[in-house]
Amino acid sequence: MVSEELDIANKNLPAEQGPVQYVNELTTLNLGPTHPATHGIFQNVLQMDGEKIVSGEQTIGYIHRAFEKIAERRPFYQITTLTDRMNYCSSPINNMGWHMTVEKLLGIDIPKRAQYIRVIMMELARLADHLICNGILGVDTGAFTGFLYIYQERENIYEIYEEVCGARLTTNMGRIGGMERDLSPTAIRKIKELIPRFRKVLTEFENLFNRNRIFMDRVIGVGGISAERALSYGFTGPNLRAAGVDYDVRVMNPYSSYEDFEFDIPIGQSGDTYDRFMVRNAEMWQSLRIIEQAINNLPEGSYYADAPQYYLPPKQEVYKNMEALIYHFKIVMGEIDAPVGEVYHAVEGGNGELGFYLISDGGRAPYRLHFRRPCFIYYQAYPEMCKGLTLSDAIVIMSSMNVIAGELDA
Amino acid sequence: MLTNEEVAQTIINQFGEAVSDFDDPYNLLTFSTSREQIIPLVSFLKSHSTYQFGFLTDITAIHYPDSAGKEFCVVYHLHSLINNFRLRIKVYLAAEDVHIPTMTGLFASANWMERETFDLFGIIFDGHPDLRRILNMEEMDYFPMRKEYPLEDSTRQDKIDALFGR
Repeated sequence: MVSEELDIANKNLPAEQGPVQYVNELTTLNLGPTHPATHGIFQNVLQMDGEKIVSGEQTIGYIHRAFEKIAERRPFYQITTLTDRMNYCSSPINNMGWHMTVEKLLGIDIPKRAQYIRVIMMELARLADHLICNGILGVDTGAFTGFLYIYQERENIYEIYEEVCGARLTTNMGRIGGMERDLSPTAIRKIKELIPRFRKVLTEFENLFNRNRIFMDRVIGVGGISAERALSYGFTGPNLRAAGVDYDVRVMNPYSSYEDFEFDIPIGQSGDTYDRFMVRNAEMWQSLRIIEQAINNLPEGSYYADAPQYYLPPKQEVYKNMEALIYHFKIVMGEIDAPVGEVYHAVEGGNGELGFYLISDGGRAPYRLHFRRPCFIYYQAYPEMCKGLTLSDAIVIMSSMNVIAGELDA
Repeated sequence: MLTNEEVAQTIINQFGEAVSDFDDPYNLLTFSTSREQIIPLVSFLKSHSTYQFGFLTDITAIHYPDSAGKEFCVVYHLHSLINNFRLRIKVYLAAEDVHIPTMTGLFASANWMERETFDLFGIIFDGHPDLRRILNMEEMDYFPMRKEYPLEDSTRQDKIDALFGR
């Protein structure tokens, strides 16, 4: 309301009421918690000046499930199912990260074959994760076609999951000490078939977006963040690399034989939405390279470690062999004690450094388990990133940051 | 490549008595300090010309109800991306005085990490710009990750199956 209108309004008021004063001329806009564009349950209360965002405040915790508390009562192998539900777009990475944390605590060496299978599954998960993020970014800018084109490939990745572990979304894949079963010939065939087909589809997807004038106008220069601010805000993963910092846990602290593979770390420059999109696209190409190298050089050998105390024996053995029966019983009942110690293990999740801080007091369950969820940490920067931009930009920034509600709340 | 001994020696030279309990479980340098020294220590490590611990990986807390005078432990994980070197700093607090200075002046990311730690453990970060609950609802009057709030015993016998449709 302009000041003259305010004066007129004040003249018509009874004198004892005093003049009307506008202390807050901003519009409060409630984005979420169940807004379709947030792709998850979290709320943003935005203060808008006309169409521009002045400030924002996030409310999270709508799907807080107290995983850290639940984990304090569960035997180690039962915690895998909790990790599934953090970043549910890339569950295998969470599962493997957890297995590796426990293996580090127990001091188990994993055979090469199991490590390579894990790498394949983790990179497939990364493909699925980035695919969703970039596809949804397209949808949020009004381009539904790209999303439809690539979604068939996500389905194919999920079919590989099904072949390997029997589940699709919450995979519970792998076991402490290796994988639950070897890659079947069908799985190997499906992975080998996926790579060329995925390359074709990804090229098609990139042709639709990368130099698309409309898309570029919507995303270039939107939601940029400097490398310095990104580091201060604890960014990791594709979002940090888009800002120009080449930090990748897979290269910096290689785990599960990542040092055996040749791949590049794509980085961006300005940290804006376009850079994040391009970095994720480029990472998908690198993931395909890794999968190709791993599946072609899959070592022979066992798919689980020689750690009978921690790894379930084959079922046939349980019926015939006394030792196997004892271990089977003890593992299933969760009566295996872990050594005393504290471990921090980080893996490169779909969104960045996914860390597990595990403290064991020698019992059957962790004394304390803390998840370093990349989403939770970098989502703080969201109001700063969309300051001064329009609401439609804010939506695009949110989906390009790949905020996953499950990982946000844990 | 930095070694644990080298970094530990520099920290001891600079802070002397204020740092203690050096250890390296699974090759990650770990030590404790007091809450008076935590901010000078981290800003020293952050601005050190060669170490450059410019990345705060994580803040969390641990509850040890049985160790008198050291019931709470606030744990900081720092990472020097230049040197690829991680370290862990612990600050022990007594249950009756759970105050510790905030890290938000040094790292923007500390904001939510500290709010989460406050929410789950009730650690009060002095000087924090907005110390409210983050994951749980505001009306909650206890701190759920403390050990005095155990989860339900899964072996309890007094549940009536009929009530649960079993």
